[in-house]
Amino acid sequence: MWDYSEKVKEYFFNPKNAGVLDDANAIGEVGAIACGDALKLMLKVNTDTHVIEDARFQTFGCGSAIAASSALTELIIGKTVDEARKLTNRDIADFLDGLPPEKMHCSVMGAEALAAAVASYRGEAVDDDDHEDGALVCKCFGVDEGMLGRAIRTNKLTTLEQVTFYTKAGGSCATCHEAVEEVLAATNADMVAAGELLPGEAFTARAATAPAPAPAARMASAPITIAPPKPKASATPAQPGAAAGLTPAQEILAIGRVIDEMRGTFKADGGDVSLVDVSGDLILVHLTGTCAGCQLAGATLGGVQARITSTLGRPVRVVPVQQV
Amino acid sequence: MQPIYLDNNATTRTDPRVVEAMLPYFTEQFGNASSMHAFGADVGAAVGAARHSLQALLGAEFDHEVVFTSGGTESDNTAILAGLRVMPDRNEVVTSTVEHPAVLSLCDWLERNEGVVVHRIPVDSQGRLDIDAYRAALSDRVAVVSLMWANNETGTIFPVEGLADLAKEVGALFHTDAVQAVGKVAINLKDTAIDMLSLSGHKLHGPKGIGALYVRRGTRFRSLVRGGHQERGRRAGTENVPGIVGLGRAAELAAAYMADETTRVRDLRDRLEQGLLQRIGNCFVTGDPLDRLPNTANVAFEYIEGEAILLLLNKAGIAASSGSACTSGSLEPSHVLRAMDVPFTAAHGAIRFSLSRETTAPEIDRVLEEMPPIIARLRELSPFWTDGTPTADAFNPAYA
Ligand SMILES: Cc1ncc(COP(=O)(O)O)c(C=O)c1O
Ligand code: FES
Repeated sequence: MWDYSEKVKEYFFNPKNAGVLDDANAIGEVGAIACGDALKLMLKVNTDTHVIEDARFQTFGCGSAIAASSALTELIIGKTVDEARKLTNRDIADFLDGLPPEKMHCSVMGAEALAAAVASYRGEAVDDDDHEDGALVCKCFGVDEGMLGRAIRTNKLTTLEQVTFYTKAGGSCATCHEAVEEVLAATNADMVAAGELLPGEAFTARAATAPAPAPAARMASAPITIAPPKPKASATPAQPGAAAGLTPAQEILAIGRVIDEMRGTFKADGGDVSLVDVSGDLILVHLTGTCAGCQLAGATLGGVQARITSTLGRPVRVVPVQQV
Repeated sequence: MQPIYLDNNATTRTDPRVVEAMLPYFTEQFGNASSMHAFGADVGAAVGAARHSLQALLGAEFDHEVVFTSGGTESDNTAILAGLRVMPDRNEVVTSTVEHPAVLSLCDWLERNEGVVVHRIPVDSQGRLDIDAYRAALSDRVAVVSLMWANNETGTIFPVEGLADLAKEVGALFHTDAVQAVGKVAINLKDTAIDMLSLSGHKLHGPKGIGALYVRRGTRFRSLVRGGHQERGRRAGTENVPGIVGLGRAAELAAAYMADETTRVRDLRDRLEQGLLQRIGNCFVTGDPLDRLPNTANVAFEYIEGEAILLLLNKAGIAASSGSACTSGSLEPSHVLRAMDVPFTAAHGAIRFSLSRETTAPEIDRVLEEMPPIIARLRELSPFWTDGTPTADAFNPAYA
């Protein structure tokens, strides 16, 4: 059982400002049911004074997620939008007398929802597909560079584990570890330059002994071209589909069939899957709807992977990518 | 208000009769079973008697087929490693996607560090093993098959007797993790082709830190722990005599209460499940409805998160558990529910109630009273739920 502070328990068992705010004029929604937590923050802002007159929340998540959401509303009611915008996830955690380290992402979720609500109030469209806030770094939990940078700076994070505790990034399939570490190293370097961090504390990119990045790890940022796979020279020993006796073109068709057959599973969860490209052992697919940014999709993709592996008679990896 | 303990798949209360049987072995009967004097002889006899009790519970042909270990985890590790070592010309292991970490973590390690080929057989949405995939994975390259008798999260039972026969056809050893099954389902090992079976004391009202590995007579074997000649050289180290005596007593009691588990406890479990389904919408039972442990109910509640449910249950004096990510400190929901493709609208809200022979009808009735308001309250808080209906579609996250 978690070691929650009395304040966390109080705000979980008797949350303040829970429920729908009917006359809200600013709403921030973050998270997803698939990721295990989600928060809808509703604000009623006085359009003359820009004072947040009321705030309510609805949260799907664990005890600390609910407590952090409630704490957030308490912190912002009565403040102007500009004042509220200055709050960080640390203010939420401090208000609750701290959160277990593994649960700090609950406070970050609050801060992100506030940012989204303020953006919506100001009419700044936050387009979820574009990821204007920097490139998407962790696909499993939908964490982009902007969110990583804010969490790292605000909380002076210097290890991958801390970043996972605060943002969840890297907490599932682990293919983004390399990319998260790059953002961590770059942000720490900036912080050192700004005098916010001692040089000795900063995270530096992996030592030379680190293994070469796996192809899947680079997939997140590498542009994907939709092209038929190049036919392999017949001398290549590991000829695709050799065991099943398929030509590359037949392989593509077979893969397409498997994915079509399995779309039902994804659709049942409110999402969809489509084939992007086949490249050697890698089968790149695009996930949409609730499936995107979800670690459960990983399990379902494991099923797709097993089916394709047995259809082709050779082991393959199915990797979700952002479509370009 | 008496707390209600419905987390018996995690661990059980040590039966007071077990404690009573153990106590003398901490005090007067402190001898070492290997010693050549009276102190040792009495203790040796007690260890022998405990072995007999386990033999009876398992329906084993010989008492010396029972090897005492430190618990389920050690038994699982020993069985798989022994299987690989006695078959040096075979380099593959067959297991499932829903095993306990005592098996899965070892297999991951063997795959990464020892070059062992591991086949993880998938399950369907009810947690049943994909038999075709299992057949396909079997070959004369497989040293050992390890498949659990009953799943700790959903209670789903694998047809291990038949699975063992299939393994024999390719000459592989067959091990089963029966930690959750022993004492809850009838087991008669002498009529099966099962070579090795793991069990654990603390899951059957015995003490923690003691367990056993059944090794069929004639099965080639390698000890995991090397040292003295205890357990016929199959598990070195001075015996945990109080633990062994306690496990023996627990096995006797489990045999005596088996009928209770499969009738009264099953009825209580069914009453709990039916009651929850009737009183609460948008929830369903996970696992194989037809072939499950009689004591386990795993119910997935949509649009809410398991840890929050457990915290409110705990406040109401009810102990259960959840496969939710948040309770374990990991960020992913249970590998078992993921392997079963439980939709993620519900996977985070799955609650396991595991009963025991100590569970009573008034306890179940109280859970049935307490649960509906807890679920209703959390759904009211959920952005995916409005006025009694799910509204997941109306949620449009900005950054996710
Ligand atoms: C199916 C299963 N196998 C193995 C174990 C591990 O047993 P032990 O705790 O005795 O090591 C458990 C208990 O957590 C279990 O449920
Ligand atoms: S954990 Fe980050 S992409 Fe999977």
